[in-house]
Amino acid sequence: METPETNTPPAAPPSLTEWSLPGMGLLKGLAVTGANMVQSFYRKDRMTTIQYPEQRAPISPNFRNFPFLVYDGDDAMAGLRCTACSICEKECPPQCIYIVLDRDENGKSLKRPKVFDIDVSVCMNCGICAEVCPFDSIYMDGEYELATQDRFGDLVFNKQRLARSTDYHAKLRPVQAAAVAASRKAAEDKKLAAAAAKEAKAKAAAEAKAKADQEQPAP
Amino acid sequence: MISDPAMPYPPSANPSPVLDDDQLLHVSLGPQHPSTHGVFRMNVVLDGETVVSLKPVFGYLHRNHEKIAEGITYLSSMPFTDRLDYICPLTNNWAYARAVETLAGIEVPERAEYIRVITGELTRLINHSAFAGFFMGDMGAWGSALMYAFRERELILDLFEELTGARMMSNFMRFGGCRSDLPEGWAARAKTLIDGFPAFLDELEKLLTGNEILLARTQDIGALPKETLINGGITGPMLRAAGVPYDLRKSRPYGIYDRFKFRVPIGEKGDCYDRFMMRFLEMRESISILQQAFEQLPEGEYINPKAKLRSFKPPVGEAYAAIECPKGELGFHLISDGTFNPFRYRIRPPSFINLTLLEDMCLGLDLADVVLILGSVDIVLGEVDR
Repeated sequence: METPETNTPPAAPPSLTEWSLPGMGLLKGLAVTGANMVQSFYRKDRMTTIQYPEQRAPISPNFRNFPFLVYDGDDAMAGLRCTACSICEKECPPQCIYIVLDRDENGKSLKRPKVFDIDVSVCMNCGICAEVCPFDSIYMDGEYELATQDRFGDLVFNKQRLARSTDYHAKLRPVQAAAVAASRKAAEDKKLAAAAAKEAKAKAAAEAKAKADQEQPAP
Repeated sequence: MISDPAMPYPPSANPSPVLDDDQLLHVSLGPQHPSTHGVFRMNVVLDGETVVSLKPVFGYLHRNHEKIAEGITYLSSMPFTDRLDYICPLTNNWAYARAVETLAGIEVPERAEYIRVITGELTRLINHSAFAGFFMGDMGAWGSALMYAFRERELILDLFEELTGARMMSNFMRFGGCRSDLPEGWAARAKTLIDGFPAFLDELEKLLTGNEILLARTQDIGALPKETLINGGITGPMLRAAGVPYDLRKSRPYGIYDRFKFRVPIGEKGDCYDRFMMRFLEMRESISILQQAFEQLPEGEYINPKAKLRSFKPPVGEAYAAIECPKGELGFHLISDGTFNPFRYRIRPPSFINLTLLEDMCLGLDLADVVLILGSVDIVLGEVDR
C-alpha cells in the first residue's frame, strides 16, 4: 500500500534566486565574476596564457598556411614534382600564382616550371591549389613566422624558396604524406608492371615470330 | 564637413515636424565608432537626446565580391564566402555549396550532411555566445561577458582548426560534401565540449539575465509590429523574437534537419530583451541538435565521389538555395550559362536586410538606445557590404 502523504518532503526554504530584492541580479552576476577570478588562480584549464616565443602552442597537423612545392630525391630543382600544368594557377581564387613552362630550344615542353612564383602577400591560405593538383606536388605549409624587412621582394616566393623535400612533408603531415607516398608507389608499380607486361608480350611475340621463321622451310 | 553626394550634409529636408533645422543636432555616428561593429555610419538627427531621423550609410567595406565571383570558377568563390560573415564562415560555405548543388543536381552523402549539421550548429553556438558579449559591450559592459564568451569560442575554434585547417577562414564545404572527413577522435572531443556547454550557458545567464541594469536598458526598446518585420523581409532571431515562428530548418527543411527533434523558440514583444534571450534559447536547442547528430552520425563517404573538383561546369540554369544561418536566411542565387564561371552570382545576406528597418526601430528613442538596437540586430559588416 502506497502512502504518498508520508513521502512529501518538508517545505524547502525560499531559494536565493526567488528573491526579488532590487540589486540581487547584480550581486548574482558579481558572484559569478568573483568565482571566475578565484578559479583563474588554480584551475589548469583557466591558465591559458602561453609565454611565446619561449613556449609554442602545438599546431594541429591540418593547420594550413602558405603553399610549398615537393621534390623527390636530393636535388631540389631537378626533383620537383611540378609539371607546370597551370591548373593551380587557374583555380587560385586571388590569382597569386605565376607559372612559366620550361621549354627546350625546339620549343618542346620539358614538363617542368621555368618560373613558379607565389605572392604570399596576396595568398589567402585557402588550400585550393593543394586540392586541385593532380601531380601531388603542391601542399600547404605550417610555417607561420614569416616577417621580413622587404615588403615586395621577400614576399614573392620563387621556386627555390618554395621547394621542400618529401621528408619535410612527411614530418609536417604524416598521415597525408603516407597516403600520398602509398598512392604514388602504387601508380609507379602499376606503371612498371604495365611496362614489364608490355615487354614480356613483345618478347613473346618476337619469340613466336622467330619460331615461325624457323619452322618455315627455307625456300 | 563631410561631403557625400548620396547623403548631403546637412540634409536639405528638415526631418522634424516641430523644430526648425537650427534647433536640431546632426551627429555622424561612425564609420570609425566602437559601437558600430565595423565600418558603418549612421547620420543621426537629434532633438535634444531624441532621435528624429537616422540614415544608415554603408559600403565602406565593399569588396566587389559578387562581381569577382563572376570572373572566377565556382570552386574559387568558396574561400571568398568565408569572408562574408567572418564570425560564422562554415554556414556561409554551406549555403553556397547548397546553391551549387541545387544548380548542378549533385547528391550529398549522408555522413557529409551530418558533418555539415555539426559544424553549422557549432557555428551557431559561436555566433550567439559572441553576440551576448558584444551586446554587453554596446551597453557599456565591455569586457567580462565578451571574454567569457570568447573563452568558449576559442575551444570551438580549436576544433575547427583541427578539422578545417584554419580557425576562421575554413573553406571546408565542397560541392557534394565536405573537404575532409572528421579527424580521429574529433567527434569524441567535440561531444565532450558540447556536454559541458550548458554549464557555460548557465553561468553566462546567471551573470547577465537577472541584471537589473540590463533589464532596464533592453526591455521595451526597439520593438516593431510583426507585420512591419515580415514586410521588411527580416529573418532570423530578430523575426522570431517578435513571435513569428519562421525558421528555415522547420518551415522549409533542408539537408537532414527533419531527422532532429528541436523546438523553435519565439518571443513575445520583439524588443531588445527578447532578441537577447532568443539567442540563449536557440543555443540550448542547438546543443540538443548536436547531441542527436553525434548519436546518429553514420559511417560512409564524406564527399560524393562523382562530384568534380577540377574544371567543374554545371548545366545551364538558375538556382536559389538558402539556409538558416545564425543571423537569418542566407541565400545564394546563381545563374549558369554553362561555362566554368557563373553568369550571375547574388547573395541574400541576412545582416544587410535585417539592417534596413534600423530607422523605424530607433525613431523617438535616445541616442544611447540606437547603439543598443544596432547591437541587437547582430550585424557583421563583411556581410552587409560584401
